[in-house]
Amino acid sequence: MNSIVMRENINTMIEHSDFAPENSIISAKNVDVFYGEKQALFNMNLDVVENSVTALIGPSGCGKSTLLRCFNRMNDVIPICHVEGSITLGGQDIHASNVDVVSLRQKVGMVFQKPNPFPKSIYDNIAYGPRIHGMTTSKAELDEVVEKSLKRAGLWDEVKDRLDKLGTGLSGGQQQRLCIARAIAVQPKVILMDEPCSALDPIATATVEELIDELRERFTIIIVTHSMQQAARVSMHTAFFHLGNLVEYGATSDIFTAPKDERTQNYITGRIG
Amino acid sequence: MQQRNSQTINVTRNATGQKTREILVLALLLVCSLVAVLTTIGIVASLAFEAFRFFQEVSLFDFLFGLEWSPQTALRSDQVGSSGSFGAIPLITGTLLISAIAMAIATPLGLLSAIYLAEYASDGARSVIKPLLELLAGIPTVVYGFFAALVIAPMLRNSGENVGLVISSESALAAGLTMGIMIVPLVSSLSDDVINAVPQSLRDASYALGSTQAETIKQVVLPAAIPGIAGSLLLAASRAIGETMIVVMAAGLAANLTANPFEAVTTVTVQIVTLLTGDQEFDSAKTLSAFALGLLLFIITLCMNVAALKIVDRYKE
Ligand SMILES: Nc1ncnc2c1ncn2[C@@H]1O[C@H](COP(=O)(O)OP(=O)(O)O)[C@@H](O)[C@H]1O
Ligand SMILES: [Mg+2]
Repeated sequence: MNSIVMRENINTMIEHSDFAPENSIISAKNVDVFYGEKQALFNMNLDVVENSVTALIGPSGCGKSTLLRCFNRMNDVIPICHVEGSITLGGQDIHASNVDVVSLRQKVGMVFQKPNPFPKSIYDNIAYGPRIHGMTTSKAELDEVVEKSLKRAGLWDEVKDRLDKLGTGLSGGQQQRLCIARAIAVQPKVILMDEPCSALDPIATATVEELIDELRERFTIIIVTHSMQQAARVSMHTAFFHLGNLVEYGATSDIFTAPKDERTQNYITGRIG
Repeated sequence: MQQRNSQTINVTRNATGQKTREILVLALLLVCSLVAVLTTIGIVASLAFEAFRFFQEVSLFDFLFGLEWSPQTALRSDQVGSSGSFGAIPLITGTLLISAIAMAIATPLGLLSAIYLAEYASDGARSVIKPLLELLAGIPTVVYGFFAALVIAPMLRNSGENVGLVISSESALAAGLTMGIMIVPLVSSLSDDVINAVPQSLRDASYALGSTQAETIKQVVLPAAIPGIAGSLLLAASRAIGETMIVVMAAGLAANLTANPFEAVTTVTVQIVTLLTGDQEFDSAKTLSAFALGLLLFIITLCMNVAALKIVDRYKE
């Protein structure tokens, strides 16, 4: 009896890893990730839909952050980390020798778990990326980028009178929106968010969630979250991970109302976590 | 009810015992810190007192702004103090000249090696280089002193001769260079700590925006580390100003008023040493001038420390 259930799970698992949306922007194929000897991700296959919000959920340590960091090659920064398999962005292999990690990261921005504004002015925080990439030619143009990014991040009205004040002096929620604005300022295609609200209070969380909803129109967002409610609220697609495996991937409504895998069901009902 | 009462009493008794112990420990700690504070006050007071006696014989103005330093002439009993030359300016400029040379060497060397150690060096390289640098800090200054006098100074003089420069065998340059090498570990090890203390999350933020490692170091890590780096530089500078042995051996005793690093100069500390070594009467202007110099040195380093704190505070905001 038990083994039959198990076999069924494996079948549905394979079926759902094959979820292959037409309009995918990022596509991971047979990705394995190792930290030294230890394997953190196993044969990962995932297609991320363009201009939507995709949530990565699963118990802590299951490899969500690791996968997220594959997409902008932030794992390169970790010396012992080693990635195998193919990841494409808009059809282009991001590990190809002609790919410049600098321009990859311009296309694929990242927002971290703990707000990490630079200890610089609000203005300089936003202007950092555009300056690095030489995206503007005049001060006026840069001013415009800063204003537009802060407006998109819903922070403009709160900070427009103190752009020269330190970004680190803002409240936690404002800092996180500043970090989002900073990421937006380099005009990425994709924004990766690693538990962006886990250090925020409920009100700041609600503001950031609203923001994510608005950003969806222009950007593809991949968000790691440990909050199932958050995944349900903000995402169109959800991928559930367990022990380094992608267990189930599909429309968020399906995952939450009719999970096919027992592990997914256990997780979303709070039995494993 | 009864039981609860006795429990309450027990609790109170324990608390009282603990309190007495805490007070005792507190008193002990207070006494220890008072010893340090009182010693400092004592030193400053004696400096001030002896300096005051000196200023009864030599005017403060002459001391601070006089351009000539030759305390030997004042030793003759028939012309005590007033006719001797106690102008501290040559000593101050000598001190500043040597310290400036030392800082000009130690700042780039120390800072760049700190950046290399903190950001680029592999763990293997780091585990070799760091102890070696710290070894440099463990060399007694007198060893640096004779290294400067016997190796650096002749080398400088010879190479100067080859290109037609006159470099005296005791020169500010020889002392400054050696002192610069001596304080490199101070700068590098403090700056290394400071750079390492910059949160990884800031580097990650910068990398995630597409900056290279060099951009990240220049635009994020160093600006965030500046207060600490400024602190380590000021510490190194005050170490240079207070340094004696190297200067005694390599820079000479001649109180020349010059900005030429190829000439012999002398420093405040060297003069204090020469004034007070050997048998001295403690009421001659010559000996007393050492206290005035000491007080001057103390005030200079105090100002530097205050400035350092101010800088650090301003950047902290
Ligand atoms: N820098 C690292 N060095 C070594 N192991 C790591 C590192 N980062 C993550 N891991 C390991 O990889 C696994 C997945 O981690 P992570 O991707 O952070 O999980 P999640 O984000 O889902 O909590 C964990 O077992 C973790 O211990
Ligand atoms: Mg994580």
